[in-house]
Amino acid sequence: MLSRTAENLYWMARHIERAENTARILDVAHRSALLPLDIEATEAYLWYAPLNITGCAEAYESRYGLARNDAVTHFMTFDAENPCSIYCCLKAARENARAVRGAITQEMWEVINATWLEVTRRSQDTTGDGNADFFDWVKDRSHLFRGVTLGTILKDITLSFIRLGTFLERADNTARILDVKYHILLPSVTDIGGAADYYQWGSLLKSVSAFEAYRKIYRDVITPSKVAELLILRDDMPRSLHACLNEVEAALSQINGGSGHEARRLAGESHATLHFGRIDDVLLQGLHQYLTCFLDTTAQLGREIGQAYLSRNHLGRFSSMSKVA
Amino acid sequence: MMKNTTPFYNEMTDLSGDIRPIYQRYADWLRVNDSATLERKGREAELLFRRLGITFAVYGEADGTERLIPFDVVPRIFGGTEWRRLETGIKQRVKALNAFLHDIYHDQEILKAGVIEREQVLGNAMYCKEMQGVDLPNHVYAHIAGIDIVRVAENDFYVLEDNLRTPSGVSYMLENRRTMMRLFPELFAQHQVEPVEHYPLMLLDTLRESAPLGIDDPVIVVLTPGAYNSAYFEHAFIASQMGVELVEGQDLFVQDQRVYMHTTEGPQQVHVIYRRVDDDFIDPRAFRSDSMLGVPGLIGAYRAGHVSLANGIGAGVADDKSTYLFVPDMIRFYLGETPILQNVPTYRLGLKDDLAYVLEHLDELVVKEVQGSGGYGMLVGPTSTQTEIAHYRERILLDPHNFIAQPTLALSACPTLVDQGVAPRHVDLRPFVLSGKEIRMVAGGLTRVALKESSLIVNSSQGGGTKDTWVLED
Repeated sequence: MLSRTAENLYWMARHIERAENTARILDVAHRSALLPLDIEATEAYLWYAPLNITGCAEAYESRYGLARNDAVTHFMTFDAENPCSIYCCLKAARENARAVRGAITQEMWEVINATWLEVTRRSQDTTGDGNADFFDWVKDRSHLFRGVTLGTILKDITLSFIRLGTFLERADNTARILDVKYHILLPSVTDIGGAADYYQWGSLLKSVSAFEAYRKIYRDVITPSKVAELLILRDDMPRSLHACLNEVEAALSQINGGSGHEARRLAGESHATLHFGRIDDVLLQGLHQYLTCFLDTTAQLGREIGQAYLSRNHLGRFSSMSKVA
Repeated sequence: MMKNTTPFYNEMTDLSGDIRPIYQRYADWLRVNDSATLERKGREAELLFRRLGITFAVYGEADGTERLIPFDVVPRIFGGTEWRRLETGIKQRVKALNAFLHDIYHDQEILKAGVIEREQVLGNAMYCKEMQGVDLPNHVYAHIAGIDIVRVAENDFYVLEDNLRTPSGVSYMLENRRTMMRLFPELFAQHQVEPVEHYPLMLLDTLRESAPLGIDDPVIVVLTPGAYNSAYFEHAFIASQMGVELVEGQDLFVQDQRVYMHTTEGPQQVHVIYRRVDDDFIDPRAFRSDSMLGVPGLIGAYRAGHVSLANGIGAGVADDKSTYLFVPDMIRFYLGETPILQNVPTYRLGLKDDLAYVLEHLDELVVKEVQGSGGYGMLVGPTSTQTEIAHYRERILLDPHNFIAQPTLALSACPTLVDQGVAPRHVDLRPFVLSGKEIRMVAGGLTRVALKESSLIVNSSQGGGTKDTWVLED
């Protein structure tokens, strides 16, 4: 496969996944905003979370100042000047898809193109159906994209690069959500099993579609360590780090090519840590440190994949991964 | 604006207003389906096209603006007999054009015989001296040709232009058919329409046959200038229909006179490039050094015979509007046959007598730049104002050699859905001709239609639309 094609497939999938995750993060912020805050939390305290998770707090502050509901929401949904906004992610995904139209199926292209046309329309529509509806729509489009992909595309390395993008992005996001939310929520845990606790942790679980899974698996009150275990170590939980790394490792094993040793080794190492890890050890190490370390490895893995497969450096010209958005 | 009042050939009805036999079934269908139904179908078609992203970028408009080419839901219909005559004429023409190109880049017999002046060929800006003596597989230069044809009477077809460089529009031929079949399945049940869907396979066969000598299973790619080119949709479409990679210049490199593409598994050699990049931009080392679209060293690999380009380099000298004049002579010279299709009588303004005549009759003629395309920079005398004519006259006088003039043809008209209902609009036809070891065509082509009443300019860049083209057994 052409390196440029692989690069666009990988980023197409990452951008779609990122749009979905941003919608999830905002959704949970909006839900949380409806709950009574039991500590001296301010509005800003709540609305920094989505900015911190996506790592764009500085860009936001330089333009809007303190975090506020409407400004954060606009900044992360339709703001054409914020490269992390849902609008920009869907635009970038469409540009990636357009650059490799011949490599994806007609149905995949139609989903991505129709999504782009619709988000453009919604971005200009001031009488929108409200935020919750928009977040649901973004999630739906992402689900549709994955379904159409699995239902129509040949299971060759085209699919491998798409899966690679999807699950690397998802792993990154789940780790960030957990890291940021865990920190906000821990100080507020006054009585484990209390109502506020139930709602706050419940909304975190809902943001990664893990609420029902939690109840099914643990049949118990929501405790921070079980949430961490579910989202980090359980490989039957589709958005957990372990499940994502399963997919990343599988995708990499489908992709041939001599220069991918280091990418495969890193993915294998990261996967093994999750596969054989115990939640007590993770918490002993400190969740924040553990997740920081995981995010560093994931970023390094992204760079290795770029070096090995996506850049055009076969003649010794090393181009940096300038397209990392 | 003056109206074009010359009588024209109506494709559906004869002079007494009776339906021509080949349109009979369709006319019956049209009678029971009002234009509101057609308009609804037209809107459906537009939605389909937009969803599929069948768009083109208009040069000079705000960046990234994507437009649809208007699609007309009324088909243009040919009878099998008239089509076969057309097809024979088109193939004859393309065969002669390829023979001409091979000749002028080798022994130049046609120049020695004095059929065409040396200066016309060797002094032509499109003549590529780097190609002198280079042998191409099957001696083919124009693997994909788009021949623009207009009809003026029942059996009178004129060739307007031979497009031998990178003719576009074939994706519209294919998508128009697909859309028609989706919108009007009942019409296809009633009519035995000759298929066009196998065009990509024919193209793939043609490209395979054009591989360098000794390569049995060639690696084929489509080379595009990139996603911002106006015809990008078509490049991607053709590549995916053939199941080959769509590459940009940056994906290819040359080493030891061989062309490779960067893949996830390392370099892979490429044998045939269906390129949609112009000659000038294809190799910054050989031609324009500022080109970012090309591949340095490509021409060296090409001349060494390690890679085939479709179309070949240097084909432009044969589709130039001043060389056009000599195509009937080429047919007689190379094939010893009588031309089946006619040329439009053409005045060369570089000739003193022709120039004098044309300047006297600007209000009756169509004047074009020799190397212009897309309907830009031309003068349509009968529909232009006195001021426009005066301006154009000054342009001609600055460099008469750069212009040709032709009488205004009464292009045939085909029923078309417009605001006032179904009304005749002028059309032309671009069939696509493939040359490898043999010459191939599908029965059909791209019919372009001038949507404005009495307009004769069918180019999409100038407000033209397209139609599906049917060939029916008669």
